Amino acid sequence: MAAGAEGGLAPEPAAAHRGRPLLALVLRRLALSFGLLIAVSLMIFGGVEALPGDFATTYLGQSATPEAVANIRADLGLDRPWTTRYVSWLAGAAQGDFGVSWASRNSVGEQIANRLGNSLFLAFFAALISVPLALLLGMVAVQFRDRWPDKLIGFVSLAAISLPEFFIGYLLILFFAVNHPIAAFPATVYAGMGLAEKLAAIALPVATLVLVVLAHMMRMTRAAILNVMSSPYIETAELKGLGAWRIIVRHAAPNAVAPVVNVVALNLAYLVVGVVVVEVVFVYPGMGQYMVDAVKVRDMPVVQACGLIFAAFYIFLNMAADIIAILANPRLRHPR
Amino acid sequence: MTISDHDLSRRGFLGRTAALGFAATASGLLLPEGAARADEPKRGGHLKLGLNGGATTDSLDTATYSGAVLFVIGRTWGDTLIETHPTTGEALPSLAESWTSTPQADVWTFKLRKGVKFHDGTEMTIADAVQTLKRHTDDKTKSGALGMLRSIKTVEDQGGDLVVTLTEGNADLPLILSDYHLIVQPNGGFDKPDAAIGTGPYKLTSYQAGVRATFEKNADDWRDDRGFVDSVELIVMNDTTARIAALSSGQVHFINAVEPKTVRLLERAPIVNVLRTSGKGFYCFLAFCDTAPFDNNDLRLALKYAVDRQAILDRILGGFGTLGNDYPINANYALAPEDIEQRAYDPEKAAEHYKKSGHSGSILLRTSEAAFPGAVDAAVLFQESAKAAGIAIEVKREPDDGYWTNVWNVQPFVASYWGGRPTQDLRYTTSFVSTAEWNDTRFKREDFDALIVTARSELDQDKRKALYRDAALMVRDEGGIILPVFNDYLNASTKSVMGFVDDIGNDTSNGYVASRVWLAG
Repeated sequence: MAAGAEGGLAPEPAAAHRGRPLLALVLRRLALSFGLLIAVSLMIFGGVEALPGDFATTYLGQSATPEAVANIRADLGLDRPWTTRYVSWLAGAAQGDFGVSWASRNSVGEQIANRLGNSLFLAFFAALISVPLALLLGMVAVQFRDRWPDKLIGFVSLAAISLPEFFIGYLLILFFAVNHPIAAFPATVYAGMGLAEKLAAIALPVATLVLVVLAHMMRMTRAAILNVMSSPYIETAELKGLGAWRIIVRHAAPNAVAPVVNVVALNLAYLVVGVVVVEVVFVYPGMGQYMVDAVKVRDMPVVQACGLIFAAFYIFLNMAADIIAILANPRLRHPR
Repeated sequence: MTISDHDLSRRGFLGRTAALGFAATASGLLLPEGAARADEPKRGGHLKLGLNGGATTDSLDTATYSGAVLFVIGRTWGDTLIETHPTTGEALPSLAESWTSTPQADVWTFKLRKGVKFHDGTEMTIADAVQTLKRHTDDKTKSGALGMLRSIKTVEDQGGDLVVTLTEGNADLPLILSDYHLIVQPNGGFDKPDAAIGTGPYKLTSYQAGVRATFEKNADDWRDDRGFVDSVELIVMNDTTARIAALSSGQVHFINAVEPKTVRLLERAPIVNVLRTSGKGFYCFLAFCDTAPFDNNDLRLALKYAVDRQAILDRILGGFGTLGNDYPINANYALAPEDIEQRAYDPEKAAEHYKKSGHSGSILLRTSEAAFPGAVDAAVLFQESAKAAGIAIEVKREPDDGYWTNVWNVQPFVASYWGGRPTQDLRYTTSFVSTAEWNDTRFKREDFDALIVTARSELDQDKRKALYRDAALMVRDEGGIILPVFNDYLNASTKSVMGFVDDIGNDTSNGYVASRVWLAG
């Protein structure tokens, strides 16, 4: 995030860290993110508490009897004050024990391992295709600035980002699963599936996600490089007689890394934590669906664990983006 | 009252007629109109179901079953003591072979089938049945069936028979025991409530909550008139479009919860059959009879005349339903009243009653998509039709989340729905008698309660039918329920799916879809 990048640029009062600004940054960030995670868990807890109805009433729904509600509440200790419940949850979580899901009685850790694996699997392949593609298209757009390749790339990617993701998903299903059945649908993956089978199953959701995240990264690459291209040193490079493509790749791109990498980090985070709609459309068992189901019945241990993992992902990816930006641009290592 | 296996068992029936060479006719008799009739069930194949109504929070513990996915899963691996007839709704033997009751219908004796094996190879015993009923009725239970089982005083093994003693007579006990929560489990499921070990036609081979379940044929099944496919795969598909896409591309054989507005389009797909089953569930508007202004019966009558039932049937249900008559019973219930005049939209009568009620100002109707699909639109239709009678209804949309906790049964005038109940008695005791926790219309009448109690233990069918007619009239003319429509169950399958049974008991062939259908060609 932009704010995060500026954090790295902030004046450094203690000269002691000057020698290893990167290490200091990472340590400071880690300490900060720990506090952030606690704050996030408190906010999630408070948020779920504030929702109408507790686990017992929402889980039983219309068929709730007072006895059943009372039995569930007593069983889970829902009759205790929320502060007590939060502290006891925190104590467990601090020791790596996320407890058992209230609804399914299964270990949260185990279920999340499975779901997170699925989410990462999908996100990894979507990122593997979309990130290099976006960077490449961004550079191509700069190379052919204001000519037809640039306009075509801009038009297609903007069109893709303007359509809601579920709609892109439905279009792909209609064309590639219903009308011309060449792709697998639904994209449900499960234990015991071979890798090739899994890859075939996720082809459509990956295509959807690539279309959704591509434009954002591509536009930022294009804008950032164009911004650098107007600097005097690029003019020098041009006057030196370097080829246009070489200028873009070798001289302009490294200086444009900071903003681009931040956008890439945001999109990667989105691929892991924000794809619940795509999961639903393609019947893919990822983390998003898991968390939404848990929120619906106020299954607190699951909601908390998912929330923390999502928050940790955002924090980690943003930190990584800042570090990469600093590594790519030595000037950022020595803030004035 | 004695019903024995010999008289009524579908299996025995099929067996005997098959012996006479009439197997096809017999199965034809049992597959009501509209079902895909084919001659001889074909065995083998892999059946794939794409179902709405599952979540990652689902548990295999039968006591917690709710939603369509667990309903079908339970019916696929387990058996209850009693089943119901798909078209008449009467009790059929299942794990209980026969039963008798005292004349007051307060002590029931069930004879258990012998030689039935659980999936783990152990034999089902009387103790398992006793423990099953106990688990769903003891003090610590969280069972969704508890509401219906409250009148059970004791459950005992008496000389090898299951004896259930009730606090008061109930002629419908066998039907109650067909409830999908009451699957007989080893030791009643006290040891491993979510083991999914039962006596049903299929064994559960894998289960991932809210994602997928797979089954293989139970080779030791005690019945041979079910479980035709070799294996079953159930995929949870909560997205309507995903379900329809999967079906029309042939990736699954069967889907549930087809939206009425998509039926016409779905019928155009060359490989798809739409399966429409008349049920017992309904959509309704509920007014508290004890809260102003609804404590005035003229106002309630005004509202009942002010709703355009036909418009709601046509526009909300796409015609896939039947008109309601302001009492919660339709022809799918045994002993349903037959000659009660259909109430129709009549703005003049509505205006007349409204004037008599002396009410003025607008009436707040709370609604939400959680109440039933299309409830917000239905409320607006109600608002429009009432306007013609000079009644101002203000529609307020409530959040779906928490609707059943904060709005339904709390606010005085709301949209809602009810699923079917096995019997008229259960229908009325669930939400119309004074003491019902879910008396969502606050209809509290001692004479009505007495009527229901009398009917409950009445074993003479004619007398019982007359009593239920009186009850229906009372609710229709004085109750707080405005019941415009009964909704049909809408499912769809590929044309290769044969033998789907339209079961009035509940949706998806009363949950038995996986074990009743077979795959052609």
